[in-house]
Amino acid sequence: MDYATKKLAEEKVFKDPVHRYIHVRDQVIWDLIGTREFQRLRRIKQLGTTYLVFHGAEHSRFSHSLGVYEIVRRMVDDIFIDMPEWDESERLVVLCAALLHDLGHGPFSHSFEHVFDLDHEEFTRAIILGDTEVNHVLTRVSPEFPQKVSDVIAKTYENKQVVSMISSQIDADRMDYLQRDAYFTGVSYGHFDMERILRVMRPKEEQVVIKSSGMHAVEDYIMSRYQMYWQVYFHPVSRSAEVILTKILHRAKDLSQGNYQFKQEPTHFMAFFQNNIELEDYIALDENILLTYFQMWMQESDPILSDLSRRFINRKLFKYIEFDPANEYEKLSDLKELFYQAGIDPKYYLVHDSISDLPYDFYRPGEEEERVPIQLLMPNGKTRELSRCSEIVEAISGKRRSDHKLYFPEEVLLQDGTQKTLKKQILKVLRG
Amino acid sequence: MLEEHAKVVQFVSLAGSVTGRKKLQKMVYIAKKMKFPFNEKYQFHIYGPYSEELTLRVEELCTMGFLTEEMEDKGSYVQYTYQVTDKGTNFSNHMCEEQQHLNEVVEVLNSKSARFLELVSTLLFFDELPKEERIQKVHVVKGKLKFTETEMNEAFSLIEALEEIKLNAN
Repeated sequence: MDYATKKLAEEKVFKDPVHRYIHVRDQVIWDLIGTREFQRLRRIKQLGTTYLVFHGAEHSRFSHSLGVYEIVRRMVDDIFIDMPEWDESERLVVLCAALLHDLGHGPFSHSFEHVFDLDHEEFTRAIILGDTEVNHVLTRVSPEFPQKVSDVIAKTYENKQVVSMISSQIDADRMDYLQRDAYFTGVSYGHFDMERILRVMRPKEEQVVIKSSGMHAVEDYIMSRYQMYWQVYFHPVSRSAEVILTKILHRAKDLSQGNYQFKQEPTHFMAFFQNNIELEDYIALDENILLTYFQMWMQESDPILSDLSRRFINRKLFKYIEFDPANEYEKLSDLKELFYQAGIDPKYYLVHDSISDLPYDFYRPGEEEERVPIQLLMPNGKTRELSRCSEIVEAISGKRRSDHKLYFPEEVLLQDGTQKTLKKQILKVLRG
Repeated sequence: MLEEHAKVVQFVSLAGSVTGRKKLQKMVYIAKKMKFPFNEKYQFHIYGPYSEELTLRVEELCTMGFLTEEMEDKGSYVQYTYQVTDKGTNFSNHMCEEQQHLNEVVEVLNSKSARFLELVSTLLFFDELPKEERIQKVHVVKGKLKFTETEMNEAFSLIEALEEIKLNAN
């Protein structure tokens, strides 16, 4: 039998708290799950530093990837099957793309990419197309198959409908992570009727659209997304942990480039510090390794690296104040100067953070051809953009909400001892 | 801190005004590909390289009163025009330094249509491929737009011209 269509002798299932079971019948999918590159995703948390606020949020990109695969499997095997607009020959490529879409995420993905100027999507493509176990499995389907899977994930695949199943404003990726993140953080928002949404999805030429009768289920999904962003993803304390994590990596990089002698050579990081990264260096890293280094760096003689590492490991995070850059941006220069005078390096200890620093998006209809909005399929066969039909969606997608914060080590400024007057002055400026 | 916001204000200021969100997205992307220091992360979307970070940053700048956003209903869609306010000019002058030759690049880009910039940015997105494959890739991902050979040639000429400007800057 052809490898592309080969089925397992018996269906395998993974028990899953969100979808109850993940079903695998395809040999290719089973083989991909067993690769070392896919197994690595068990050691990358889906929500990065969020576990420091919502302690249940220890779930991995492995479970999310299986979840996205399961949603797409249900679309193609239960919903789209026999629909004339669905091309059955795309089944395997979309299942593989769903399973592998996050393959290139690094440890604490967002901070790590930011510090070392990397892009996880590029690494996803590199793993799929490089000399890896994943590539060997995909190549057994056909020599062109890895490129096809990579193109779907990169959104450059010719069939846009296939791309939209994984990357659009209502796709399997978002539907899984909203439910999964809600489950593991324990919050009550983030739930919506996915069964209903799946039932009203219809494949069309350029994208998957939603029957207008399912609009209320989609409204619920948009509201869940909105609430999860503000309540979980943008949580100010989790952002504080992210700020410290970023600063640890920056400090270690700066020290290495300044020929600082680490007590123990940070071998896993050297390629990143020297900007000479091979795929194997990237695959070798995971969050366990980063946390081990942070533990070791707590003992380093550099006071900034050891302090920041201690803060992250022991959850002694920075405090924050609301900041209004429109009227207070000039205050930043004064603050930086005061920090210097007090012997506290503002590069590491005074940080502005806003939502544009974060890797999430809201639903927004946008301008023509800026990005693809959610389209409702009307009874007359035409499509209409969601916010033009739904007052609820129009209300939340038309409003801007910004959020700027300044992070700083408050307890250092409250300490008695050296520079007491200066520190008091800093607190006074910070608190307005 | 806020330097990235200031760079976007400076960019719009150099253009005078930018009509179209898609156009602004592509202009910043092309400038970034010319190694001007913009840090917004771009990914490929159906309509070419797109940065959610830039979208959010522009929204924040409008809320801060550093940019104005004028909306024009075009019937089936809405078009937005961006300009810098006096407050925005002060902010950008305070927060970031002048970038050599950026004004020349911005001027050239702003004189082009959004459709043409979409072509240029897509070609740049695939810049690791040989020329023929890049052209082929554009036809695959942008088949509907039916770019002509003349447009392709113009796009490559523009990329060369921009690279020259940047080369002179270094």
